Amino acid sequence: MAPKKRTIRTIPQERTPVEELDPRERAKNFLEVNCGYKLEEALRESERCLMCPDEPCVRGCPVSIDIPAFIRKIGEKNFHGAYDVITNTNLLPAVCGRVCPQENQCEGVCTVGDSLEPVAIGRLERFIGDMAIREGWRNVPYIEPSSFRVGIVGSGPAGMACAADMAKAGCDVTVFEAFHEAGGVLKYGIPDFRLPNTVVDAELEKLIELGIKFECNTLVGRLFTIEQMIEEMGFHAVFIGTGAGYPSFMGIPGESLNGVLSANELLTRCNLMHGREPDKYDTPLPPSRSVAVIGAGNTAMDALRISLRLGAANVHCIYRRSKAEAPARAEEIHHAEEEGIQFHWLTNPVGILDDGKNNVRGMRCIRMELGEPDESGRRRPVAVPGSEFEFEADLIVYAIGTNANPIIGQTSGLKLNKWGYIDTDENLATSIAGVFAGGDIVTGAATVIQAMGAGRKAARSMKAWLGLRDTAEACAATQAPADERLFGLDPAEHDFALVRIPRGAATPATTP
Amino acid sequence: MHQAPAGNPYEIVAREDFSDVTYLLEVRHPRMARAAKPGQFVIVMSHPEGERIPLTIADFDRDKGTITLVIQAVGKTTREMQRDCKVGTHLHALVGPMGIPSQIGHAKKVLCVGGGLGVAPVYPQARGFKEAGAYVIGVVGFRNKDLVFWQDKFGAVCDELIVCTDDGSAGVKGNVTEGMKRALEKHPDIEECVAIGPPIMMKFAAETTRPQGIKTMVSLNPVMVDGTGMCGGCRVKLSNGIKFACVDGPDFDGHEVDFDDLMSRLGRYREVERQAVARFEESCHMREEFLTASAQEVRRD
Repeated sequence: MAPKKRTIRTIPQERTPVEELDPRERAKNFLEVNCGYKLEEALRESERCLMCPDEPCVRGCPVSIDIPAFIRKIGEKNFHGAYDVITNTNLLPAVCGRVCPQENQCEGVCTVGDSLEPVAIGRLERFIGDMAIREGWRNVPYIEPSSFRVGIVGSGPAGMACAADMAKAGCDVTVFEAFHEAGGVLKYGIPDFRLPNTVVDAELEKLIELGIKFECNTLVGRLFTIEQMIEEMGFHAVFIGTGAGYPSFMGIPGESLNGVLSANELLTRCNLMHGREPDKYDTPLPPSRSVAVIGAGNTAMDALRISLRLGAANVHCIYRRSKAEAPARAEEIHHAEEEGIQFHWLTNPVGILDDGKNNVRGMRCIRMELGEPDESGRRRPVAVPGSEFEFEADLIVYAIGTNANPIIGQTSGLKLNKWGYIDTDENLATSIAGVFAGGDIVTGAATVIQAMGAGRKAARSMKAWLGLRDTAEACAATQAPADERLFGLDPAEHDFALVRIPRGAATPATTP
Repeated sequence: MHQAPAGNPYEIVAREDFSDVTYLLEVRHPRMARAAKPGQFVIVMSHPEGERIPLTIADFDRDKGTITLVIQAVGKTTREMQRDCKVGTHLHALVGPMGIPSQIGHAKKVLCVGGGLGVAPVYPQARGFKEAGAYVIGVVGFRNKDLVFWQDKFGAVCDELIVCTDDGSAGVKGNVTEGMKRALEKHPDIEECVAIGPPIMMKFAAETTRPQGIKTMVSLNPVMVDGTGMCGGCRVKLSNGIKFACVDGPDFDGHEVDFDDLMSRLGRYREVERQAVARFEESCHMREEFLTASAQEVRRD
């Protein structure tokens, strides 16, 4: 019997809530705040999808996950089937379900959201991603090796996505990472209470199973250059996904005082270097009782909540616009408020105060009000004359964005734009043949899923350049649905084979 | 510290102790030995729970495939490395070469100044200038004669070498600025100076050459985490703005650097560091007691 057609009146009206740790308790530890849907909760939420023919959510997704299809599979309790649908386009559901700004993407355009709260697509995606990790599901397709070697610079989300696609196309892929551990911003930046590092490691494990090699402690540009990778090291194509990095400061008085640092530094010390466990690890964290974080993006929220967990009594968020303009995910701001972060909207720092011993004593701020819209469409904040005030703080954290990392520009002939980001065409090809770039190093700071989208787009261009058939485009229609697989084999998977026109692959690869 | 299986990366192949606090490690990393240039640095983690510390590359040997680090045991990590980094062990992580290499220009007469541990990183630059055909005057300074190292090695790439010691137990009595003044008096045609050492030494070295307006390059080594431009911990104040030592340096024009700012920022983890050193000393002490006690027990059996 065919299921009754769902309408906005027949679906569960309330969005299924997710269990979260108590704000007072969780502010003292690094456990993950959002506990994720349980089975019944996921099933109930899956019923809220109207399966509308329009599918605005798919267009809202930077990597075009077939969202209604995977939600339907959840409803049918075919969870592995749901996993197959997601991993057709998104390699890291456990990561993206947690860190994507869904309210601006799939959930923001959800048809249900026109009259009720939108379907909790992110939570459902995470439910499937976590189940796959727990159950040890793997979607390692049959890969016919090609003779191509691909080098990936940077092991963050852009590099991971590009590496996976190229490995599936049969290439021999090596990912280079400057840090001693792979994962990029997912490891050093996003804290455990939002994205546990164990989840990142589990997802990296899947890449290793695709045959991808990771070489850490390798600073590309300085240890060897991009040109050397192509000319001497035998890579037929290279992808650069090094991220933006280089943190911005404001240039106000007092910024070189001890107790002023970038959010990147605070987060790296705490997350990657485990500074929060001083009994076991050596990397120190600055002592802080009263912390002020400047900015209101996701990085700022992470820095605020980390400071609270490290034991600060007062944690302030300083942002020159109002809450409506804050770039952070709505859930992060909500969690931060629950935990007791003090928000100072429409407030701009004018100077950092000295205690006379080169340490921070406090901060001087000015109140702002919103004026006419600026070129970004947001109302421009304007200082209110005579509204300056001071407050006490011993740690000031800058989370106001980043600039382009200069290393690749310094060490290669790649064409950069006027801000120092790598210049690419619409296919993400750079000025050097065979070299592609994507993610923050091309666009400036953006989100994890946008970087992954760029990595996949670059992989498509790279395959075209190498003469490999793009399975996503050429075979999309012929790919068998997961439940039609023969003895676990996808009959369409032979299409991953390469079209044998090894352009630029005349000489076999040799490692010096 | 783990015993390295054959072929393990970052193996320590040689070690030399210059004094109670100064030691040299030669580490295998063929690819880095090929890429390294004078003035660059590395970041080292000695074990998985350790911190990342920046160290200047004092020398590199392309044929042997090794790089040389000269380290002073001042903090917890460097003391621990002094205890544990034996020949045959390996470092947990070693990344580099980092930073913009020093510009070995076409100056005909140069002054290369090294203070204490700074003698090591200034050596490859002196050698670079010598190879480029310059007349090289070396000035090296130490607290006393027991701390002097590489005098012969350094002397071999200099046309003249002045050794200074604070207490006068070797060479000229006084710090490196004494030696610099002598060199500047004798050679008014010095075109360029390179000075590497503790910040206070580099500050006074830069002041010594400022009246003559001799270009003086210094190498800065502030606190940093990643070494790739990402954390901003190593930002230094110059007369024309803020720069990151890891990717914009580590070499800067000494007449532009705000050394007081640098010295203040170097001390920002001093209290935490002091506690870490105290805990480390305590644990070493306890370990010794434990070993003594175990040895006694063994004897009793």
